[in-house]
Amino acid sequence: MEPLLAIRGLNVRFGPSERPVPAVADVDLDVAPQEIVGIAGESGSGKSTLCGAIMRTLVRTARVSGEVMFSGRSLLTLNDGEMARLRGRELSMVLQNPMTSLDPLYTIGNQVEEVLRERRRDGAGLRPGGAIEVLRRVHLTAPELRVRQYPHQLSGGMRQRVLVGMATAAAPKLLIADEPTTALDASIQDEILILFRELRETAGSAVIIVTHDLSAIRRLSDRVVVMYAGRIVEEGPTGEVFRAPRHPYTRALLASLPRIEGDEVHLEPIPGQVPDLASLPPGCAFAARCPVAKDICRGQRPPESVVADRHRLFCWRAEETA
Amino acid sequence: MSATSEGSGLGPFRRRFTWGRGGRPPIVATTICVILVIAALAGRNFITLAPDEVDFTAILTPPVWIEGGSWEHLLGTDQLGRDMLSRLVAGARISLLTACAAVIAGGTIGIALGLTAGYLGGLAEAVIMRVVDAFLALPFILMALAFVAALGTGVGNIIIVMVLTNWARYARLVRSEVVLIKQRDFVLLARVAGLNRRAIALRHILPNVLTSILVLAILDVGRAIILESSLSFLGLGIQPPDVSWGLTLAEGRTYMTVAWWLTLWPGVAIVLAVMSFNAVGEWLKARFDPRGQL
Amino acid sequence: MGRFILTRLWQTLITLLLLTVLIFILARLTGDPTPLVMPSEATDADRNFFRQQYGLDRPIHEQYVIFLRNALRGDFGISFRYREPAFGLVIAAIGPTLQLAGVSMLVAMMLGLPLGIVAALRPGSWIAAAVRAYASLGQAIPTFWSGLMLILFLSITLPIFPSSGYGGPENFVLPAVTLGFYASASIAMLTWANMTEALRSDFVQMERVLGIPPRLIVLKHALRNASLPIVTYLGLQFGLLLGGAVVTERVFAWPGVGQMLVDAILNRDYPVVQAAVMMTAVLFMMINLMVDLLYAVLDPRVSRS
Repeated sequence: MEPLLAIRGLNVRFGPSERPVPAVADVDLDVAPQEIVGIAGESGSGKSTLCGAIMRTLVRTARVSGEVMFSGRSLLTLNDGEMARLRGRELSMVLQNPMTSLDPLYTIGNQVEEVLRERRRDGAGLRPGGAIEVLRRVHLTAPELRVRQYPHQLSGGMRQRVLVGMATAAAPKLLIADEPTTALDASIQDEILILFRELRETAGSAVIIVTHDLSAIRRLSDRVVVMYAGRIVEEGPTGEVFRAPRHPYTRALLASLPRIEGDEVHLEPIPGQVPDLASLPPGCAFAARCPVAKDICRGQRPPESVVADRHRLFCWRAEETA
Repeated sequence: MSATSEGSGLGPFRRRFTWGRGGRPPIVATTICVILVIAALAGRNFITLAPDEVDFTAILTPPVWIEGGSWEHLLGTDQLGRDMLSRLVAGARISLLTACAAVIAGGTIGIALGLTAGYLGGLAEAVIMRVVDAFLALPFILMALAFVAALGTGVGNIIIVMVLTNWARYARLVRSEVVLIKQRDFVLLARVAGLNRRAIALRHILPNVLTSILVLAILDVGRAIILESSLSFLGLGIQPPDVSWGLTLAEGRTYMTVAWWLTLWPGVAIVLAVMSFNAVGEWLKARFDPRGQL
Repeated sequence: MGRFILTRLWQTLITLLLLTVLIFILARLTGDPTPLVMPSEATDADRNFFRQQYGLDRPIHEQYVIFLRNALRGDFGISFRYREPAFGLVIAAIGPTLQLAGVSMLVAMMLGLPLGIVAALRPGSWIAAAVRAYASLGQAIPTFWSGLMLILFLSITLPIFPSSGYGGPENFVLPAVTLGFYASASIAMLTWANMTEALRSDFVQMERVLGIPPRLIVLKHALRNASLPIVTYLGLQFGLLLGGAVVTERVFAWPGVGQMLVDAILNRDYPVVQAAVMMTAVLFMMINLMVDLLYAVLDPRVSRS
């Protein structure tokens, strides 16, 4: 099937050109229509920068190269006006912090209507009750009351529902959610995740969910992409990767999840620290923390190896980790 | 990227020289400030003509580069034939003296009361802070005029007036910093260790608020120069025979149409001085007070 | 909301009361006004009668109560110079001062707000650098000098505007530009800082990824959020203009409170000094109070809780 989003050789660099800081390096990624893809990684792994590069909301000083094809259009070559017309309609995004992502000075109704007026072509914003309809779709309780309320009168979970409603009001083909549950209480996280799955069914959107919360990815996504130090290290179907992770980093990441065995809670933090992007080693960036690293890992960058259908990883020891 | 991030893995030899937070220091402004301070302290040794030496043969001589000017009076003379350059240097002395005296004395009083209020808390704090509010309740020039009305004019009185209009802002700043610092571990430790209150306030809290105060003080010099010259311009500040930029300007106003240099030079001096002290202060603020609470 | 208003009113009253104490002390510092008021040929009996009438023979705290009671009734005594109630003289001068401050405020806003907004929208550009230079110049030029320079160029060299006087709209131009330029500097800097902060906020980022047009993001959302502190500051600035007007009124011979205050100090006309300081203080604090209330109305987080 023709992918909805096709990223080829994407690089994002910050800092002076003579000594660049590569926040995203050589990323290739496909997302099919109506697919849910989870991107996992520690903070600083480049996952948020990747989203910013797709949406083209990075700071001006960021240097982006490569190709991002989105339903037949090359996003990186569009001018600012064309890109702005796509946002909210064709591809949309929900940001990290629901507490501060709504304008505190306008009512919920005003802000939802603004999105409808500006983004929907069918004039839904002019219709009374359009905003209520949007809020009902994201299962916000008492939407008639909410449209008259201000953001500070809503809880974090309610605000996140409003934001998801706004982001999907025009039924975009792609929705990017950057840490959509991190700022929320554990009890609300599940409901928001279910909401994304529902939106895929009702609005037909593909979803990229970016999070360091692996359990969210396991429950929600069809496919998982693991990033480390700006690069993709492993990518594959969610069930397969979680059942039999191949990359040592993916394994370490999964092992770092708290596990309950009997009466005990097991937790194995990954030793060492996330490397400084300004001074990456020539080889695999994870080598310094990797329990199975060899000399070649430190000296040369690992090539891509396809280990199963749609399952690939970047590791010199790909054969041995099976 | 922040320029201060040391050891960002670039290695000791590849790290480039950076100016640090606040960026490049304002070299021109600093130079002007230094020149002004030297002029104020030792200017009398450089000028050959006394600022109050009347010369009726050289009344309203234009600056040297204009026809009729003379090398004897580089910037021209005033309505009594007094040398403008000498008067500017003498004015620098009074302007900076009053400004610095006002800032230092006002700062000291403000620090003392702010420390007391912040450290003691309770009734003492409530009373001091309400008085601070009252002193800040008026635009500072009006406050200054009210004090001038009661105390009178002249160098001594103007310094007192400027101290009175100034101290409250230091008290407010110091008090707010003390309230924050009081909660920090080392102060709590000092209390547990049994140090008395005064010792804690002076030895542990004061050094921590000193940076903010110094930055505020330098920014204040510019404000003080404007206040003094405004009062002097109104005839309610420095009185002749003392010389001040504002006073020189007011005296030259009558001759504005025939001798522009009488009003231009003192104005340029004030603007340069205020801009320079402000630029240095702003730079220090960016460097040492990134939270921007001044 | 109601609580907020009450607290602010209460604080204002306390500060005002302390201010009357301050002014009373200052008035007493100037000494016994009797010789200034009474003609030199007055007898000791006349003087004592005057002292009794004004309560100057009573203990100091009683004198303060009398002063406060009279001040509340608007009685600051008779101007030594004009032989008229000082209060009435000051009230008559407040009109021109408010007019000048108002027009200057408009000038300051028309200059400062757009400059601050443009600088925030184009960080690092030559426009931003120019706005910074404008602001540091504006804050460093004293009004008496910029006023004189305007007179020199636009009234003497090129006789376009009158250099002094009060009445027609042409009289407003030079004083209002003088005062407005000064105030516009800090307005520009504050607008710049607050717009920058607002443009960086999460909800602006969110609106950007939702594809809301930049025009709406800047004017409807960022500007309104930035305007809360700016509105407060504008109010404060208006009060400061009342103070700054003292010098400008002097330069342009404007018949306002500032001019009257300076004349009164020069002539030792203490009743007028007290009345002028007190009235300006009341005005200044009333403006600040109104600004705080306006802030509450503009911010739903305050007004709705």
